[in-house]
Formats: sequence, structure tokens, C-alpha cells
Amino acid sequence: MTALSIQKLTKIYSNGFRALNSIDLAVETGDFFALLGPNGAGKSTTIGIISSLINASGGVVEIFGHDLHNDRERAKNCIGLVPQEINFNQFETVRSIVMIQAGYYGIKRKEALVRSEKCLRQMDLWDRRDTVSRRLSGGMKRRLMIARAMVHSPRLLILDEPTAGVDIEIRRSMWDLMREVNRQGTTIILTTHYLEEAESLCRNIAIINHGRIVEHSDMASLLARLHVNHFVLDLAAPVTAVPVIPGYQIDQLSARSLSVAVPQQQGLNKLFAQLSEQNIQVVSMKNKANRLEQLFMDLIGQNQPPL
Amino acid sequence: MNYSIAFRTIVVKEVQRFMRIWPQTLLPPAMTTALYFLIFGKLIGDRIGVIDGASYMEYIVPGVILMAVISHSYANVVSSFYSTKFQRHIEELLVAPIPNIVILAGYVSGGIIRGLMVGVVVSVISLAFTDIQVAHPGIAVAVFILTATLFALAGFINAVFADSFDDIAIIPSFVLTPLSYLGGVFYSVAMLPEIWQKISLGNPILYMINAFRYGLIGVTDVNIRIAFAITTGFIVVLAFFSLYLLNKGVGIKT
Repeated sequence: MTALSIQKLTKIYSNGFRALNSIDLAVETGDFFALLGPNGAGKSTTIGIISSLINASGGVVEIFGHDLHNDRERAKNCIGLVPQEINFNQFETVRSIVMIQAGYYGIKRKEALVRSEKCLRQMDLWDRRDTVSRRLSGGMKRRLMIARAMVHSPRLLILDEPTAGVDIEIRRSMWDLMREVNRQGTTIILTTHYLEEAESLCRNIAIINHGRIVEHSDMASLLARLHVNHFVLDLAAPVTAVPVIPGYQIDQLSARSLSVAVPQQQGLNKLFAQLSEQNIQVVSMKNKANRLEQLFMDLIGQNQPPL
Repeated sequence: MNYSIAFRTIVVKEVQRFMRIWPQTLLPPAMTTALYFLIFGKLIGDRIGVIDGASYMEYIVPGVILMAVISHSYANVVSSFYSTKFQRHIEELLVAPIPNIVILAGYVSGGIIRGLMVGVVVSVISLAFTDIQVAHPGIAVAVFILTATLFALAGFINAVFADSFDDIAIIPSFVLTPLSYLGGVFYSVAMLPEIWQKISLGNPILYMINAFRYGLIGVTDVNIRIAFAITTGFIVVLAFFSLYLLNKGVGIKT
């Protein structure tokens, strides 16, 4: 079943700016889906329309078969939103925020108490349940928004840059949490500027640019389209000249490190063999750029508007 | 879905909000009206004498109570709903599967409850200055509730259009307060020159204050049926307009 179906979705703001240009998108049930794009591409507008924060100018949005326009309450009942900006009442306590949200979804108080405890424990916020929310750290506020979005057990969870501004340790723990939520059956749509996050978590991806979907496929086949991988090699001893190996583009970054462009059909074995013949010993190797980042830049570059 | 739970959640949240800051919401009207009763009712009123068979203190009590109800039912909704917009937690409501009529009913009920609580506080204070035997309790209660409803709705509309905190102060300062003072709180319109009597009849607050005065002490300058028709008419118009604004997303959606 399709969790989210978007057909010919268009948004023209009152100043005439066309943020979405008749986009089509489908997200299957159980998917972990990335919606990527540069700033101003139309991601937030798309999320805003799906979650009823922005009025669409045209097109159809269906959530688990419920039309967002004609069957609004049922469609909305399926969604949980973790927005980009902190948007809870900063004067309420952590538990009140989650309890109020449960009330908005028609959950009885007794049941809401059980659910809010479960969500807050899952987000490691139970010990902070009576803390006024403005006193929480940035990472805790983000986790509180996830707990709030989860309290009515949504079938579709929309995460709009959920890890923006949080440190790497919290980000990694949030990744584990999102994976677990998805494993338990919740469909997730993720927007993020951290492309390694999308690559690590998501199975399918859409890239939006200038209000159009420029790519919509599964992550594996998208990454398979990457023809050249870039690596940085750390060497055991300094080299005085850049080694020349046919089929590879090699640049010297410093005396002990090289940057190598490796075409996919060439592979790495030949490279290492040739380096070894030239008495160059490699002690470690890392990707120069995130693979998805490279593709993303290529796709966005191809879709620049004419000057 | 059970919308009554969503409605109750909004109302409880609203009541908890103004009860949490009771020194700012319930105490000031008690202070202000005590001063009105002392200065206008006691010190000046003793020299004015009797109006329509009631002492001046008895005469001003209904208007002072209703003026507090008007300003606080309005203030509660305008400040609460605007803060909800300003802090962006309006998004919690917009994302949730709550019909707009439930959102409106929840906020307006919060305003009504605050208006009524302030009204009760002011009524209790008035007992320290005069002993009023309620003439028509049913009419008094009905006007009390209808007036709070009307101004809670007006506060909601103000909040929808407000873009800054200045915008939520303009209407109470430059519209509500003058209309309340000119609505016959401290005088009978019969005491005005004829031209001002006619102009005063264009002030809807005049009808509410007089209907409430009729409910409390049995004295009025206007026809009670007309007063009820005007108040109910305004409520219906403002309720439909509020729903229209919510359905269109005016001031809350882009």
C-alpha cells in the first residue's frame, strides 16, 4: 500500500513564487524515504502541504488512501510531524507537551499517560518529564519533538531535518532510534542536509530542485550510477613526485597523502598493485566525499535554471 | 475520532494558562473595580443620588461587572491565540485531526471561562459596597454568558489578523474601552442630550450593559428583546467569520 501519494502538487505563493511545479511522488508503506534538495528547492513546502501547514495551489495528496482535502481528519490522523524549528510551548513541562498532543488526537487521559511515558522513556526524557521545556538542551528539545510526534502512534512519521544542530553523538543515537521506529513498521520521510544521514538510513530517495522532482529512485541504484569514486590515501613515507598510473587521476594533497579518482570499472586492485610496484605504501584510505553528496551535487548542477 | 477529548484538551490548557498567571489575570480586575466602586460608587455616588429608583452604587455595579467580563474574555483569547501563533505551537493544532470548529470552540470557551471567573470575582467585591437582590437571575446569567462569548470571538478574530503584539493592544485600547465607557456603565443614556442618546444607540455594548442591569436590578434604558437579538446576531456573525478565517487559513497558513 502507498503511504503517501502526491499527484501534480503545485504551490504558488501570493508573491507569485512557484515553489512546487506539479510534482508527483509516492512513498510505499514501511519505507524509510529521503526527500533531499538544496535550500529553497521546495522540500519544506512539500512537507508543509502534507502536514496541513501550507495550503496547496493544486494537486492531490493522499495519505494511506485518505485524500487530504476530502478526508482531512482521517488523513491527518496518520501523520506525525517533527518540524525543523522548535514549535512547542516553551512554558509547558515536557510531559504536558506530550499529553496535550495526545489529547489533540482524541486519546483518553489514562491511555495518554501510558503512551507519553513510553515515548518519553524511548527518547530518554522520562527523568525530565517535569522540567519546563525551555530549560532543555537543544538535543533534548529535538527528542521531545520526536516523542510528541510519536504519542499517537502515527503510521507516517515526517522528520524535517530532525538532527539539525545536534552533536554527532546525539545524532548517531537518534539514527538508531529512527531505524528502530521504522523497523517497528512506521513509514518515515526524512529531509536532511546531512547526506551521509540519508545514505545511512534511507532505502528510497527523491531529490527536489526548483520545485521539480529531479530524481526519484531507490538509494542503491542511485549510488550505482556513480561512475567515479574519490579516495584520499595516507602514505607510509613522503613522495616527491605524483605517481602516474594509467586509468586513474591522482593528485598530491601533501607529502604523505594523495587524492585518487577511481573509475568504477577499474576497481582498486590495479591501483594498489601499481603503487606497490612504485614502492609507495598506503597505510590508510578514506572516501574523499560522501558518495550521495557527489551525486547530489551532480544532479543539482544539471538542473540549474538558465541564466 | 473523539473530538470531545480534543475540545477538553484545548479548554483545560487555556484555563491552566490563565490560572498559572492568576496575579496577572484575576487580581488586576479585582483591584481596578474595587477602586471604581470606592471612588465612583461611594465617594462621588453619594452626591449623585438615585437613578431610575436605584442608588448610584447599585446602578454602576452591573456595568462595572460586565466591563470586566468584556475586557477579560477578549484579552484571554487574543493574547493566548496570538501567542500560539507567535511561538508557532499553532502548528500542533493544525497538524492534528481537529476540525476548525473544535479549535474555535476550545479557545472561545477558554475566554468565556476567564470572563466569567473575573465577573464572579468583581461581583463578590461589589458585595462589599452594596447589597443587590438579583431581579431576573435568568436574564443576568444569559447576558453574562452571551457577552463573554461575543467578546471571546472578537478576541479570536483580532488574534487571527494580528502580526505583532502591538496589533493585539490596539482594539482593546481604542475600541473596546471607549465603547464600554460610553455604553452607559456610569450613567443612564436618558441623561444625555437627544443627539447623543441617538448616537449611543449605535453602540452594541450599551445594549448588553443595560440588559445585564435589567437582570441584576430591574432597570434598563433599552428594550431587552432588542438587546438579546443584537448580542445573538453579533455572536452568529462573528462565529461564522471566525470559522471562515480558520478554514481559509488566514493569518495561520501560507
